[in-house]
Amino acid sequence: MAGRKLLIENVHIPGIETYDVYRKNGGYASVEKALKKMTPEEVVEEVKKSGLRGRGGAGFPTGMKWSFLAKPEGVPRYLVCNADESEPGTFKDRYLMEKIPHLLIEGMITSSYALGANVSYIYIRGEFMYILHILEKAIAEARANGMLGKNIMGSGYDLELVVAPGGGAYICGEETALLESLEGKRGNPRMKPPFPAVKGLWGCPTVVNNVETIAAVVPIVNNGGEEYAKIGIERSTGTKLISASGNLVRPGVYELEMGVSVEEFIYGDDYCRGIANGKLLKACIPGGSSVPILPAHLVTKTANGDNRLMTYESLADGGFASGSMLGSGGFIVFDEDQCIVRNTYTFARFYAHESCGQCSPCREGTGWMEKVLHRLENGHGTMEDITLLEEINKKIEGNTICPLGDAAAWPVAAAIRHFREEFEWHVTHPAEAQIRNYGLIQPRVEEIKAL
Amino acid sequence: MPNMKIESPNTQDSTPIVFSAEMITEIKSVIAMFPEGREKSAIIRILHIVQTHYGWTSVPAMNAVADILNIQPIEVYEVASFYTMFHLNPVGNYVFEVCRTGPCMIVGSDDIIAYIEEKLNVKVGGTTADGMFTLKTAECLGACGYAPVLQCKYKFHEHLTKEKVDEIIEAYRTASLVN
Repeated sequence: MAGRKLLIENVHIPGIETYDVYRKNGGYASVEKALKKMTPEEVVEEVKKSGLRGRGGAGFPTGMKWSFLAKPEGVPRYLVCNADESEPGTFKDRYLMEKIPHLLIEGMITSSYALGANVSYIYIRGEFMYILHILEKAIAEARANGMLGKNIMGSGYDLELVVAPGGGAYICGEETALLESLEGKRGNPRMKPPFPAVKGLWGCPTVVNNVETIAAVVPIVNNGGEEYAKIGIERSTGTKLISASGNLVRPGVYELEMGVSVEEFIYGDDYCRGIANGKLLKACIPGGSSVPILPAHLVTKTANGDNRLMTYESLADGGFASGSMLGSGGFIVFDEDQCIVRNTYTFARFYAHESCGQCSPCREGTGWMEKVLHRLENGHGTMEDITLLEEINKKIEGNTICPLGDAAAWPVAAAIRHFREEFEWHVTHPAEAQIRNYGLIQPRVEEIKAL
Repeated sequence: MPNMKIESPNTQDSTPIVFSAEMITEIKSVIAMFPEGREKSAIIRILHIVQTHYGWTSVPAMNAVADILNIQPIEVYEVASFYTMFHLNPVGNYVFEVCRTGPCMIVGSDDIIAYIEEKLNVKVGGTTADGMFTLKTAECLGACGYAPVLQCKYKFHEHLTKEKVDEIIEAYRTASLVN
């Protein structure tokens, strides 16, 4: 049975994208409750109790992030919503904003109130220009109904919401690059510290949160943080939007209670309904292109044979040796006909294209990996190239200002870790590799456990 | 593989551009969204407005943006050249940006790109002889569940097949005749 939905339950109601229908279906209740009955501190407290963790990929506790916000006298504070959804495999925020835009607007109002922000921004990737217009329409409706502007619902609280587009740059999903871009500059990440909570937008204290994180504040305030925390397992509370793509019968966006098994998610009737065209599962990237790829035998079970669950902890079980990460929930599934070398190459090319060029290890390393993978994929590689990739990896990881370097290194490292024989086959059978794919690999569970 | 970002501003024509009154009004309304002294924040959205109007982002157009924002032209060039959506050289009336990253690749974007190349008789990066279409590739457009995907004039075309590509090309050709 499909679990509870807290965010997208109502997306199928006709007209839910309009203020009136959204309001009639219980919308803006969290604004009413927060502004009329709660202090900003009480809202922060509920978010802390909920155990909500950042839904953009890092999984940092939202309540804690909020409590770090500096509050110097006479300095404005800002809430910035990160709608720069660009992680390959991830398209959940687009779905949420397109289908039920007022949920994000409501979350922005309630969250801005909690943080004491009087102007908040939604930074959306430029390719989603049509959604920018949807959001601006929703903002205009909310304003016309007294949910934005001066003295909202007679509470004395003022808020303006502004939507700003990017221009096509993955790096702007990194919060400090996003702030640079919002200031009208190139998206070069900033050195941290100082963190945005102290010096963010225009040097003022700023919280940057993902779309889904801000949307989740709505049910948390409505039902209480404790109720929210009852859903899920361990430190993975609440529901999560998963963007499922690749060779699935039914790809798309799903909201699930944390703790659904990966097997249920891939094969269950309520979810993806299995691998397309009756093929076998070869591999899965569970959390967006930056997280380690898992071979079939480590997708539904951990190395210890436990059922793998859709939670932060279970997907990471086994560390990088045999686990991965929940990340952004960009769940990419590969069938038996897919070439892991080619896929790894497209990701390497992606990161080389998207590196801002600020740090040498990333700027040079991502381009180098792309070239090496290109020749491996095209039958011109050598065994030394595989070792070379591992060495370049180690030199990028941890040596850059922002996590793009790690994000570029991890997928390559994981692909070689789990699919080394397929890489080697590309070297030993260069001609054959051009006309057919390697197919499934043999499980190496014992070997991986020993790592 | 060429890195699209390395595209340099096109310096062939330096004839100054004057924006129309409507464009100025739209640009001013974007600038007004930001606090006083923070007008530069409007730059990316202004570049989108400029490119929508002219089809690409020329040096004279960027100079005019710098004038409006009261900043140095280099501050506009450096922004426009960082973000991949801005075409710094002339393009066709319709630019197809076809996603080719992993999730699109595994469901056939390579075949779609090859088909468009054949159908339009252009290579990636090229423009058709009649100036109608430019074919570019894009990295992840954020529509992985509806792959393969291309974007043209901010519109997403999803679940691409060869037949669908034919329809899209035909529709744009017809639209351009009407206009």
